[in-house]
Amino acid sequence: MKRNLGNLYAGPMILWLTVFFTVPLLIIVGFSFLRKGLYGGVEWQASLDAWKAVGTPNLVAVTVKTFVVSMVATVITLALALPTGYRMARSKRQVLLLLLVIVPFWTNFLLRVFAWMVILGNNGFVNDILLRTGLVKSSLRLLNTQGAVLLVLVYVYLPYAILPLFSTIDKFDFTLLEAARDLGASKLQAIVRVLLPNIKGGIFAAFLFTFIPIFGAYAVPLLVGDMNSYMLGNFIADQLTKARNLPFTASLSLLVTFVTTIGILILMRLQAAPERSAEADAAIAADYAAANGNGGR
Amino acid sequence: MSFGDFKALDDVSLRINKGEFFSLLGPSGCGKTTLLRIIAGFENPDEGLVNIDGIDVLPLEPNKRGVNTVFQSYALFPHLSVFENVAFPLRLRKTAPKAIRAKVGEYLELVQLVDHARKKPSQLSGGQKQRVAIARALINEPSVLLLDEPLSALDAKLRQHMLIELDSIHDKIGITFIYVTHDQQEALSVSDRIAVMNGGKVLQCDSPYEIYENPATEFVARFIGETNLFDASVESVGGGRASLSVPGLGKVLVETAKGPAPGGTAIFTIRPEKIHIDHERPDGGRSDLNVFEGVVEEPIYSGFQSKFFVRCGDATLKVFKQHASYQEEGPDIAWKDRVFVSWSSDDGYIVGPGSDA
Repeated sequence: MKRNLGNLYAGPMILWLTVFFTVPLLIIVGFSFLRKGLYGGVEWQASLDAWKAVGTPNLVAVTVKTFVVSMVATVITLALALPTGYRMARSKRQVLLLLLVIVPFWTNFLLRVFAWMVILGNNGFVNDILLRTGLVKSSLRLLNTQGAVLLVLVYVYLPYAILPLFSTIDKFDFTLLEAARDLGASKLQAIVRVLLPNIKGGIFAAFLFTFIPIFGAYAVPLLVGDMNSYMLGNFIADQLTKARNLPFTASLSLLVTFVTTIGILILMRLQAAPERSAEADAAIAADYAAANGNGGR
Repeated sequence: MSFGDFKALDDVSLRINKGEFFSLLGPSGCGKTTLLRIIAGFENPDEGLVNIDGIDVLPLEPNKRGVNTVFQSYALFPHLSVFENVAFPLRLRKTAPKAIRAKVGEYLELVQLVDHARKKPSQLSGGQKQRVAIARALINEPSVLLLDEPLSALDAKLRQHMLIELDSIHDKIGITFIYVTHDQQEALSVSDRIAVMNGGKVLQCDSPYEIYENPATEFVARFIGETNLFDASVESVGGGRASLSVPGLGKVLVETAKGPAPGGTAIFTIRPEKIHIDHERPDGGRSDLNVFEGVVEEPIYSGFQSKFFVRCGDATLKVFKQHASYQEEGPDIAWKDRVFVSWSSDDGYIVGPGSDA
């Protein structure tokens, strides 16, 4: 009886996910095996063309570049989010600081990116100051650069990294850091050997929350980048809107899904891995026997 | 040491001997933990000096002090096994793996945890966690081991057991232990010396015997063990003995060697187990006895002893009576019985001038 009720509760969720997630995904999978229609759309004819196109050198280059940019942006984001989350967790004004991290969400994402365009533009805020103070003779090209893409990506996804890190660090027992210091660790050693391993979960969550959306970024490179900073997301959008190649769009999207899923699985496996191997433990046990002779209790 | 306007420690000066089992005893908020944290290097005093083996350690970081701490919450590293927890200080110093195994084995042996080396702290019982914390703190061979209420999270029976174990580890290792506790039984049973603290001050620093038998202040008398306390006025002093007048009770004799006998008012104290209780009037021939007649108001049976509240005049005396062994005693003392309570003038104390002195 109880079990039946449980299924009943899960029903709406199953329905929701089936209609709005599983079915669309299956449609995309289906489209990826069809032939491109001459005027957009598809021909109802099985074909592997879309999957063969995935291997073209141009696309591989874009994928590699996207991966590298996503990695760099994620690492920068985490490097900024970690000390921020730490300070927040140790602060007496947690609620205020949390609010400050969440405030950007109150403004539309695109508006915030447009704001960066205003700041970085040729006649923008930064150049204005540089010109007025006489540090430069003519405007610097800040907007539509790879640097601008990285900057804005980090800006946009920083809160997504700070929040999970904050919540894990907040649960961390800071006495452990004192214990580490007491036992002879420097401040840095205490953080690397005790804090980081114990907030691994938060670091992984922050990594995923940052890396996955950046890997699929579309609007940021489009608005603040140039042709060279195009990412996989822009490539896919172009296939859809310019080349009107629905099957290729579908196979590319699935590629992104596939790569990120593999990434998540690897990370989950890494996180679950024990600190030391079983062989090392066995060796330790054997050594006791040898060292102590009598074995002890 | 002060936090804002609050003075956590005020003019505390202690000299602790090498190899001593030294206890800081006091109620919560008395500053004992703050003092420990200053020694460990987690707090910086506004002024003062901490000297270990002739070196001023105050400018040193906690990891450079040659002092290790057993934390109240154990503070074991949850991501490391028992072995790795104990090996942690050695790994920091990049000790050779072989030496690490031998030494960790030795210290796990000391705390009898060799069989649990591979477990994670979450798989251990409270007492086992405590022992890991002790082994981990000792493996650096510190000159001083600080213990911050290490037994407070354990149940009463285990606490007794761990206390004995701590004492035997101290005997084996022979380094200085500074032990913080609010439990007077713990402090009395293991310490070489005890500093009783209250309100950021050290009230008395002495051997357990002296602390109990010769409390320096009313607070010490009240905090250590149970006692009867009375406001009294000093009537006369002579022949090594003072005569006090206790309102509601009467005239009480006390040796002047037992605490100061100031003129005017005094606080008089007598331990409940030092009072003899009987149906018969005790031998009147002795001049040092204080004898009062009273009524048993409340007898409390508590196993190995009985507690009585005896009303004598307007005063109530708390009396403990150890239950007898084979020797025949008179009939049991019961509720409403008329009894005589008596004690020697040698057993009472004056613990300070009265509140209005």
